[in-house]
Amino acid sequence: MKAFDLEQVRKDFPILSRAVNGKPLVYLDNAATAQKPACVIQALTNYYEHYNANIHRGIHTLSEEATSAYEAVRESIRDFIAAPCLRSVIFTRNATEAVNLVAHSWGRTNILPGDEIVLSAMEHHSNLVPWQLLASERGAKLVYLELTESGEIDLQQAASVIGARTKLVAVTMMSNVLGTIVPVAELAKLAHAAGALVLVDGAQGVPHLKTSVTELDCDFLVFSLHKMLGPTGVGVLWGRPELLEAMPPFLSGGDMIGSVWRDRVKFNELPYKFEAGTPNIADVIASGAAIDYLNRLGMDNVRAHEIELTKYALNRMKELDDALVYGPLDANKRGGVISFNFADVHPHDIGQILNESGIAIRAGHHCCQPLMRDLKVAGTARASFYIYNTKDEIDQFLEALQEADKVMGHVACR
Amino acid sequence: MSLADDLYRETILDHYHHPRNQGALEDATVKTEGVNPLCGDEVTLYLKVDSDAISDIKLEAHGCSINMASGSMMSEAVLGQSLEQAMSVAGVFKNMMLGGSQETALPEELEDLEALQGVRKYPVRIKCALLPWNTLLEAIETSRAKGEDHQE
Repeated sequence: MKAFDLEQVRKDFPILSRAVNGKPLVYLDNAATAQKPACVIQALTNYYEHYNANIHRGIHTLSEEATSAYEAVRESIRDFIAAPCLRSVIFTRNATEAVNLVAHSWGRTNILPGDEIVLSAMEHHSNLVPWQLLASERGAKLVYLELTESGEIDLQQAASVIGARTKLVAVTMMSNVLGTIVPVAELAKLAHAAGALVLVDGAQGVPHLKTSVTELDCDFLVFSLHKMLGPTGVGVLWGRPELLEAMPPFLSGGDMIGSVWRDRVKFNELPYKFEAGTPNIADVIASGAAIDYLNRLGMDNVRAHEIELTKYALNRMKELDDALVYGPLDANKRGGVISFNFADVHPHDIGQILNESGIAIRAGHHCCQPLMRDLKVAGTARASFYIYNTKDEIDQFLEALQEADKVMGHVACR
Repeated sequence: MSLADDLYRETILDHYHHPRNQGALEDATVKTEGVNPLCGDEVTLYLKVDSDAISDIKLEAHGCSINMASGSMMSEAVLGQSLEQAMSVAGVFKNMMLGGSQETALPEELEDLEALQGVRKYPVRIKCALLPWNTLLEAIETSRAKGEDHQE
């Protein structure tokens, strides 16, 4: 029996009925952003049509409705990541802003010359560049967790790298290139034993894996709602409350204050201390509809569906003699993200030819240039799956790849 | 029109699979690097400039078919030309790629370049085609600046 009704799920996404270049859209670029179900789009218009108002402190009906809808999503998110308390769930613009918040606020007060920040060799630029800047500002050093041949974390090497100088271990939960699922809890054990904190970049992990901050045993978790059926413009920072309490504000201005005098200010309590200015009310509210949708499907079912698709795709890709697939080959150890290169064809040319068949994939460095250098490639082509993808779509993808080989190779040799 | 008619014409694929003037130039007078940070196309361009003319040219290019083919065609088009002529060819090419919808007729010796006109239909790929040419213009500028330094 199917874990959920795939046909019904597909009907919930209006965009899936459009055509691209005369062919039905096959959307395999979910690691970049996910499509939105009708309920999310409706939540947006419903807010603007019925209770658009600024939140907090309003004493009129619209403002009260908007405030309670906005705050209800904070609770949905707390529940979604199994966080112990509500006040440590902070809304940001995206995961990148959440990392920057921690780098500026926690980093500048805690990172000292000679300290080490440990990153994996497969971090997205958003969990790398903020630490690079912080390290160079504070005279600290970046140290890397190297990957095994199959693109996995080497826990032995990790144990040798995480030590007395380590102040922070910042790692992805799941690689946006290799699909690798990182053993965060094991790394956290090493980090905490060394007195260091752990920040998890959940931009790829949280949308696809059942997540509990207690099980991950991390100190900070960041993620973005647009990769999990929500609108763009909403990110989340979760942090251990005692850490957030001790951290200075990141942005300042309205909403984040308790009291303001001509010459001084007392900051607001958590989470508002970190939510300066009018937030992205509409998109936060619509994000709540996205979380509800995922909860209805069940994250265990989401994961099972993706393992099935990934297994099928990895298996079918073996048919292509010249395809080189990166990352772990065991679907249980990876998410539904498949990076590959194909014969002598540049990834952009693969992307272009697939687009001709209505198939959307991504090509390039995927904001992971250091990893591309390690793999000794300029870029990869990447197909990534989500709840609405089907085996039939993977078949079409494979057919189009064979077509790419024909266009790029055989035509030239004719 | 299909993808093969617009984008992957035989001329382009021929230059992609067998790029002309590839490699490094030991006695280059100018070396300029160009990158397209969005897609990761990279080109290192070597020019040997003798009395204001390009007496030799080589490229080390890494990128997609459009970038590679465009660079290869460029090297053929400007080899032996004066800097002035090379700039004018670059101008004609850029105009063709960035200009309006009209098909541009090129002089006979630049006919190969016409194959790249189809790229205009794929806006994100125009940058790939322009990279070698913008790098060439930068190299010519560097070469001229050097020349002026020597004269001073």
